[in-house]
Amino acid sequence: MSISTTSTASIPPGLAIAPQLPDLLLPVKIRRGVLGFLRNHPTVAIGGALLLCLVLVAIFAPYLGTVDPTALAPSKRTRAPSADFWFGSDMLGRDIYSRVLYGARVSLTVGLSVATLATLAGLAIGLVSGFVRWADGIIMRFIDGLMSIPPILLAVALMALTRGSVGNVILAITIAEIPRVTRLVRSVVLSLREQPYVDSAVASGTRTPMIIQRHILPNTMAPILVQATYICASAMIVESILSFIGAGTPPTIPSWGNIMAEGRALWQVKPYIVFFPAAFLSVTVLAVNLLGDGLRDALDPRMAKSL
Amino acid sequence: MSAPLLQVNDLKKHFPVRGGMFSRKAFVYAVDGVSFEVARGETLSLVGESGCGKSTVGRAILRLFDVTAGQVVLDGQRIDDLPPGSLRSMRRRVQVVFQDPFSSLNPRMRVRGILAEPIRNFGLAKTSVELEAKVTALMDTVRLPRDALNRRPHEFSGGQRQRICIARALAAEPELIVCDEAVSALDVSVKAQIVNLLQDLQQQFGLALLFISHDLAIVEHMTHRVAVMYLGKIVEMAGRQQIFTAPRHPYTKALLSAVPVPEPGAIRNPIILKGDVPSPINPPSGCRFHTRCPYVFDRCRTEEPELRSTGDGQWVACHLEALPERPGPAG
Repeated sequence: MSISTTSTASIPPGLAIAPQLPDLLLPVKIRRGVLGFLRNHPTVAIGGALLLCLVLVAIFAPYLGTVDPTALAPSKRTRAPSADFWFGSDMLGRDIYSRVLYGARVSLTVGLSVATLATLAGLAIGLVSGFVRWADGIIMRFIDGLMSIPPILLAVALMALTRGSVGNVILAITIAEIPRVTRLVRSVVLSLREQPYVDSAVASGTRTPMIIQRHILPNTMAPILVQATYICASAMIVESILSFIGAGTPPTIPSWGNIMAEGRALWQVKPYIVFFPAAFLSVTVLAVNLLGDGLRDALDPRMAKSL
Repeated sequence: MSAPLLQVNDLKKHFPVRGGMFSRKAFVYAVDGVSFEVARGETLSLVGESGCGKSTVGRAILRLFDVTAGQVVLDGQRIDDLPPGSLRSMRRRVQVVFQDPFSSLNPRMRVRGILAEPIRNFGLAKTSVELEAKVTALMDTVRLPRDALNRRPHEFSGGQRQRICIARALAAEPELIVCDEAVSALDVSVKAQIVNLLQDLQQQFGLALLFISHDLAIVEHMTHRVAVMYLGKIVEMAGRQQIFTAPRHPYTKALLSAVPVPEPGAIRNPIILKGDVPSPINPPSGCRFHTRCPYVFDRCRTEEPELRSTGDGQWVACHLEALPERPGPAG
């Protein structure tokens, strides 16, 4: 049915035709692609950009006006920030700017490795726990036992068993973080197993491995990815704490925790020694947490157009 | 006369309830001895209030869990004790449409993938061209636009999602579809569309439907036979006409009297039952309905009534049927 405009003659005189209403609904701009996704989720964009900068800084540390971060210069001890020493120098005359930039490598390596390893291990254990009923009780009691030990204490204890190296730090923090991922994965798997779409898939003859691969795993990704970012942030802090108390990265390798540990005796008179690594650590952790928060909102499947 | 498509014999499903460390192990007697048959192309409705075990019956037939006792016989073959391997080929013949269209579809899959899953699993398409043809045909069958195949579930309304669920069930080319409250979550107009769609599909494909519902108006509209459940047992089973015009079990009467009449000022005499449904963990002795039955007498408290035929295909589990003269309500 259409109203023809030629029929205006039939409208009785004195009856005005209402003017067309303005279109109040502005067209919704649907943004697609990676750039559109980032514009829709500024938190992810800011966190991601900050993190990307830090990663680039860590990778290109040798080309960013740094000197050898372990080079001693006893005559130039504890200099305030200046043109020669951008962030000042420490009590052995080492350039703090160079040490902080090289220290970013340790922090980011530890953060990313722990996040990856702990997530993969937790995913595997959590899936087994969620799907194999008889193993669930055993695994979860063991995990509960691990969780009853504070992660930092556990990492300190594990470090006490081994020699200080970045690899051992990663391993110790990973073991301390696995229980958190496992519990999360297990709870997500248990709730997903009850979903009607999983029952429907079972009824339509899908085998268990395919159920896991097609219906369970993709739906666990969002919470796990978010958890991974928090683990990354927490691992960087734990690494700093371990280094700070002397149980982590060996003192020959500059890490933010090491620098702060060495500067702590002087921190009231020479605060910049502690300030710069601390500021970098805070910004990095903030960036990772922003990324995690943003992803949590963005990965809601109802909004996930571009992922 | 061919054998019934589905036969359920004395089906029992008891869920263990974990008590405290020192308490006895208890069971929820969700389904406790249910028997019925569904013929090819027939709709049998399972009705009853929440928690009476009607969904459990549906899930047991789909074998989403192992039953405690009893038999589920599909086309002459028992499927309740089949090992997973041989069960898979039988799964094709019984499909399901669930209540909540929002959680029945994997949010991360496209409609094409959702519909292709059963077709691939049961090897119903030889080539990808054939698969695509089947998937497109399914969209036509449930009256959804073909270009919707590339969308994800969140882009659809509740009614459209339920159509996708129906299409997925049809994809396996089943003989029986269990509709577990399939229209309860939809609003009235959409509900009507989906019910009519189901009826059309039943005609078209000769489908049998096990229609699990608490909505008696819908049931009256579309069913052939009705089985009324109360606390894990069938109390009455009969053809639609008989159930809705001449119910015999007191519970059925009470249930039917609770149906709202869509007419202002209509005279209704709802039978108000006293008390709540007893716990299925500790069901009453004798007739399970005796705690709330207006016609209760001594025998009901001790002896459990059997589901007996009263002729004309009507089955009632009530001691009143055995009395020569039916008494009025006590008190």
